[in-house]
Amino acid sequence: MTLFTQQLFNGVALGGVYCLAAIGLTLVFGVLRIPNLAHGSLYMLGAYVTYFFLTTVGVPYVAAIGIAALILFVLGVLLERLVFHPLRNSPHTHHMIAAIGAMFFFQAVAQAIWGADFRRMETPISGSLKILGAEISAQRIVIIVTAVVVLSLLTWFIKRSIHGQTIEAIEQDRTGAALVGINPAMVSMLTLGLSALLVTIAAGLVSPINLLSPTMGDSLNLKVFAIIILGGLGSLPGAIVGSFALAITETMTSTYISSAVGEAVAFIVLVAVLAIKPTGLFAKAVQR
Amino acid sequence: MLLEIRGLGKRFGGLDAVKNVDLDVQEGQITAVIGPNGAGKSTLFNLIHGFYRPTAGTVSFNGRDITQSSPHSSVNGGIARTFQTTHLFDDSTLLENVLAGRIVRSKSNVFDAIFHTPRHRRESALNHDKALEALEFCGVAEFRHDLASNVPQEVQKRTAVAMALATEPELMLLDEPAGGIPEEETTDFGNLIRSLPSRGVSVLLVEHKMSMIMDLADTILVLDHGQKLAIGSPAEIQSNPDVIRAYLGSTKDEEN
Amino acid sequence: MSALKNPRIIGTLAVLLIIALTPVAFGDENYIMRVITVGLCSAIAVYGMNIILGFTGQLSLAQGGFFGIGAYTVGLLTTDFDWSFWQAFLVGVVGTSAIGYLSGLIALRTKDEYFAIFTMAIGFIIYLTISRWEAVTHAHSGVNNVKFPEAGDIVDFSNPTVMFYLVFIILLICVYITYAIRRSSVGRTLLTIRTSEDLADAIGVNVGLSKQLAFAASAFFGGIGGGLYASVVGFIGPDAATVDKTFEFLMFILVGGMGTVAGPLVGTMIVTFLFELFQDFQAYRFIVLGPIIIALVIFAPRGIVGYLGGFIDKRARNRRIGSAHKDGTAQSHSTAEANGTATPDDSVRADNTADSDGSTRPGTAERRETAADTITTEDEEK
Repeated sequence: MTLFTQQLFNGVALGGVYCLAAIGLTLVFGVLRIPNLAHGSLYMLGAYVTYFFLTTVGVPYVAAIGIAALILFVLGVLLERLVFHPLRNSPHTHHMIAAIGAMFFFQAVAQAIWGADFRRMETPISGSLKILGAEISAQRIVIIVTAVVVLSLLTWFIKRSIHGQTIEAIEQDRTGAALVGINPAMVSMLTLGLSALLVTIAAGLVSPINLLSPTMGDSLNLKVFAIIILGGLGSLPGAIVGSFALAITETMTSTYISSAVGEAVAFIVLVAVLAIKPTGLFAKAVQR
Repeated sequence: MLLEIRGLGKRFGGLDAVKNVDLDVQEGQITAVIGPNGAGKSTLFNLIHGFYRPTAGTVSFNGRDITQSSPHSSVNGGIARTFQTTHLFDDSTLLENVLAGRIVRSKSNVFDAIFHTPRHRRESALNHDKALEALEFCGVAEFRHDLASNVPQEVQKRTAVAMALATEPELMLLDEPAGGIPEEETTDFGNLIRSLPSRGVSVLLVEHKMSMIMDLADTILVLDHGQKLAIGSPAEIQSNPDVIRAYLGSTKDEEN
Repeated sequence: MSALKNPRIIGTLAVLLIIALTPVAFGDENYIMRVITVGLCSAIAVYGMNIILGFTGQLSLAQGGFFGIGAYTVGLLTTDFDWSFWQAFLVGVVGTSAIGYLSGLIALRTKDEYFAIFTMAIGFIIYLTISRWEAVTHAHSGVNNVKFPEAGDIVDFSNPTVMFYLVFIILLICVYITYAIRRSSVGRTLLTIRTSEDLADAIGVNVGLSKQLAFAASAFFGGIGGGLYASVVGFIGPDAATVDKTFEFLMFILVGGMGTVAGPLVGTMIVTFLFELFQDFQAYRFIVLGPIIIALVIFAPRGIVGYLGGFIDKRARNRRIGSAHKDGTAQSHSTAEANGTATPDDSVRADNTADSDGSTRPGTAERRETAADTITTEDEEK
């Protein structure tokens, strides 16, 4: 039972990380209609930039994440401008291929600067709490709390602020939004920037638990795609539910079956879902 | 009876796009569906052809129930269709477009292609002939080597009909076949449609150009808000008070 | 014989001839022969990608996985189970195709990004199985001493040149199959799906089944490429099945030209050469190659062969228009006639038009417009 509680908390913490990563990806899909295959590499860069400011420059942990998030925001905007914007009228396969090119580029850059070896990021947050007999590390609690705070802020941003509302408007109806004077190009940049910012927060939070490597984004990439397909591409609530559902399933299978199965569970679930419903579980009903 | 529709309905969300429609299409005839915009004409076509699954009712073709069949099996069974906005493969030639319509009648597979079997050669020649014949029938054979995107609208519309003809249908669903064609050319286009039954192709069409419909159709179904308002010969429809009322109320729509 | 007048076919034959003659130049250099032969193995897998991505317009990210299955089947069966190469190769190819066919049962229902992500998941599951199922695959220790093909005393496949010719002959078959598919109604079916699934559906194409078969065919080629690769290099590790492998293939086909007959081979050879050039920089090569991929897809999505093909078409069209003006007849009339007389059969024509769009068979109306734009601008250039 203690093990179960322990793993449940771990699962929820992991779910928070997935959530921050998945929401950006699903927003990008909703607004730009692009599955950004470079998302995982933005996560990886976010982790390394945080690491750089924390370890090499020596700023405090929270500030390091904040600076990294801002830098990645700019990078996201650039990615939209330089890569996706020129391709907006191309067949969908072209975006995906370009995103793959960007991914390779980011990985190579990270490897050139920080090397291919694993690196460990130290965190100032240490110690642990005892909850229901389970030992929960403070880092995981920070992850859960941050995820909840960031998600609430994001929801507020999308529902209340002008920029957020335009994102939502475009996600629902691109032509209509253009008609009422919303600039889709601006919103596209903002959305990609925002997705990079969110995924950096996720990376900064989880890095002290995991190790850093240039390919750390690969498996996250696939998992987050599994999540947003489960939740329906473009759906925010779907991404949130999918993140926690997948993370908990993954932690539990790793604990009670085997770690290899735990790692594969996301894809097995994904394949199963697509077999049953080719457009994802929560996708809007397709006219057929 | 070639096509029998009974109690056909489709709900989107809580809205009835098509409700309780009955229609018979006789062999060798031209049947038209008219009605104001949003009356459910295109939805009806999509239901017959299998793009949408009906939520009520049945469709049968040549006595066979095709209510649940997919578009490609409808085509295989002998129902071809054209779209309201002309759908062609823009960066292919007209001949290539019409050859694409032959796919459904091609029996040779990838191994025939690889080993260049007699069947493959025979079929290639046949497909080529049939495609050319369809283009000629529709009067656009001279444009066969032009890209679909480079020919005038009217030629595109005729090619769409040729492409549908190439699938060797018994029934052709034409969704506003003359839409976007200049008024002076509609008579010619009407003649093309009129000549289809003589080839053994019955026609079910949706059209806004009322003069054309009255001239062409043997039977007219009037839809309003997804339901049958009236059905009958052009003369009957023209004198039907319900139809007149519905149309007077929506003259503006008609002009679009 | 009319085929020999087609510049496309002449070009393809010339490329094949050059490759066929490489042993004459490098026969003694084992390393170079090895690199070229490995390149040919990849090219075979890239031909598989061409069928699903180039013809059918669906991005499959499972190709590296299929390559890996082919390689590991041959690798494991010839070492741990001591089968002959040919038996193992047969099982590998059939097995890979079967897995492609079965996963195609799901893939056929998905499209566009769902198809891509689904195939990425398939690829990753294959990779995970290979890299984690230690009891069977030896995980990261890989498989050593994969057998060369047996041939009694006739030829010696341990000789790099002999091995080269084996792979080359199989590659030739793949090129021919691609060419045959391209000219047939099978190819027309796939290209129809690439342009518009709805329109394909409306003219009676069984879109789902076609996609499934195309996917199985791509797996078939992947299995052949992988099986040969295992024997050529003699040692395989899990990196033979990674998503990176898929991306490598993607780059090959992008450079060469999606949906063309010669593109996969040309692209693979050129990029393999570039990889060798950047050998010293190893992982950093993507600092240069990543932006190149992006630039290609933005500025030159049709690939080398696609553009050469477009150039040939443009010249052919101009010549026709030129002769039309001489006759003083309307352009479209004589275009048809000139062509009708030049090629009584449609085979060459069919090839031309199918190629003329290179890679961009766009789906939506909006996209089709842009494609039409490119065509007109090309005409204006001249």
